[in-house]
Amino acid sequence: MGYSGFRVLKEGLLGHKGWKPVWRDPDPRPEYDIVIIGGGGHGLSTAYYLAKEHGLTNVAVLEKGYIGGGNVGRNTTIVRANYFLPGNSEFYSHSLKLWESLEQDLNYNVMHSQRGLINLFHSDGQRDAFARRGNAMVNQGDDAILLDRDGVREHLPYLDFDNVRFPIYGGLYHPRGGTARHDAVAWGYARGADQRGVDLIQNCEVTGIDIQNGKVTGVQTTRGAIRAKKVGIVVAGRSGQVAEMAGMRLPIESHILQAFVTEGLKPIIDHVVSFGMGHFYISQSDKGGLVFGGDLDFYSSYASRGNLPMAEHVMDAAMTLMPAIGKAKVLRSWGGIMDMTPDGSPIIDKTGTEGLFIDCGWCYGGFKAVPGSGFSFAHLMATGRHHEPAAKFRLDRFRTGRGLMDEEGTGSQHNLH
Amino acid sequence: MRIPCPICGTRDRREFYYQGAAELLHRPAPDAGDAAWDDYLHNRDNPCGETRDLWFHEAGCGAWLVVTRNTATHEVMGAELAEKVAS
Repeated sequence: MGYSGFRVLKEGLLGHKGWKPVWRDPDPRPEYDIVIIGGGGHGLSTAYYLAKEHGLTNVAVLEKGYIGGGNVGRNTTIVRANYFLPGNSEFYSHSLKLWESLEQDLNYNVMHSQRGLINLFHSDGQRDAFARRGNAMVNQGDDAILLDRDGVREHLPYLDFDNVRFPIYGGLYHPRGGTARHDAVAWGYARGADQRGVDLIQNCEVTGIDIQNGKVTGVQTTRGAIRAKKVGIVVAGRSGQVAEMAGMRLPIESHILQAFVTEGLKPIIDHVVSFGMGHFYISQSDKGGLVFGGDLDFYSSYASRGNLPMAEHVMDAAMTLMPAIGKAKVLRSWGGIMDMTPDGSPIIDKTGTEGLFIDCGWCYGGFKAVPGSGFSFAHLMATGRHHEPAAKFRLDRFRTGRGLMDEEGTGSQHNLH
Repeated sequence: MRIPCPICGTRDRREFYYQGAAELLHRPAPDAGDAAWDDYLHNRDNPCGETRDLWFHEAGCGAWLVVTRNTATHEVMGAELAEKVAS
C-alpha cells in the first residue's frame, strides 16, 4: 500500500493499527537468476533497479545481519555531486539526479534535504583550486558558486573567520548538496525491491561462492546452498573476505572512519559545512543533533570503532572552525568499516569469473552513491555492459595505470586517501 | 592503541606512522611483470583478525617496525624491527 498524507491522517484516527511490515521475510529458495550478496544501501538499490529498470525479479538479496544494519545506517548522510575528475564527475552527477526524484520514485520519504554544501578555503591557492573544481562541476551540468568571505559569512555567520592558522577566505557553495535520512534510504529501497518480487533474506551469511569451469553457479550460506546464474558482491568493508571465497584478492584495505553526534540542539547549522584543512565536516540532523566527522584513523581495522587520537583531532578541528560548538555535549561516537582503494575511487566491474560481478571500493563516500551505484551495477549485471556514468570504475585500472581517479592528487597508493 | 617498540618500549600510537601490510617488505624483481607488481602495490589479503603491518616510529627512534595486531579487536600482540624481518 502506498503512503500519502491522507493515509497518515486515517491511521492517526484509527490508532495506527493499519500499518503492516513493508517487506516480507521469506526463506531462501534453492535457485535464483541473480543473487546479490549484501543487503546494504548499494545491494538494495541494485536489486531495486534490477527489478524496475530491467524487469529481473527472480532475485535474492542475502544479508548476514539485518537490513540497514551496516554502513548505510552508520554514515553521516551527506549527498553531493562536487567531484572533479572524469569518471567520478559524471557518476555522482547521475547519482544526484536519481536522488532528486527518489522519494517520488520509491513513494517513500527519505527526507532528502538539499540544504546546500559549502567547502571552505583558507588561502589564495585553495581558492584557485576550488574555482577550478567549481568550473568542472558547472561543466558537468551541476551547480557551484564561488563565495568570497562575506558570501560565506551570509550563510555561516557562526564560524570563526579570523582563525590565525585557517582564516576563512571563502567557500565553494553547492546548493543541490545536502543530506538524507540514511535508514529511510535503506528501508525505501528494501520496500521497493520487495514489492517488485525480490526476496530480501536476512540473517543469511554467505560462506562460500560456487564456481565451476570458471563460471559462478551459486553460493553457500548459513541458510543452505543457493544456486544462481549471476552473483553480485556488494559488501563494502567486507569485500576482501567475500572476494577471497572466489579466489580473488582485491585492491582494498578496510579502515575505520569515525563519526560523532551531539545532543539535540535548536537549529544553528542550516547547511553541510566542510572544513577540508581540518579534515572536518558537520551538519545538523532534523532531530537537532550536530553530526560531524573527520578523517580515517589510518590503520586497517574491522573494529567499527576508532581510537582516541582521531576523536581528539576531530574535536580540535570543530573548536577551530566554530568555537560555539564547545558548549555542545557529544552524545555518542561510532565507526564504520571503509573499503579503501589505492586511488580513493570505487569499482563496479566484472571479475575473472563469468557471472560474478563486484561493486566495492566506495571508501568513505558510499552513501551519496547509493542510487547511482545500484543503477549502474544493475545495468552491468543485467546487460553485461558497463553503464556509461560508471564506465571508468574498472578493477584493472590499478594494474594498467590507465584511468586512475585520484581525486585528492596524493598518489594511487594505499594509506594516502 | 599502544605499540611496543623494541627500542623505545611501549609508546602511544600517535608516535607512529602507519604504512600498510608487511608484505610490502617483499618487493618483486623489477622484471617480475605487471601482475606481480599489481599484487605487490595494490592487492591485499585485508584480513579480519590477526595481521602484520609496517609502522614507522616517526616521533621516536625512527625505526620501521612489523607490528602483529588484531584488526577486529585492536589488540597489539607484538612488534619487531622490520630490518630483522626483511633480512
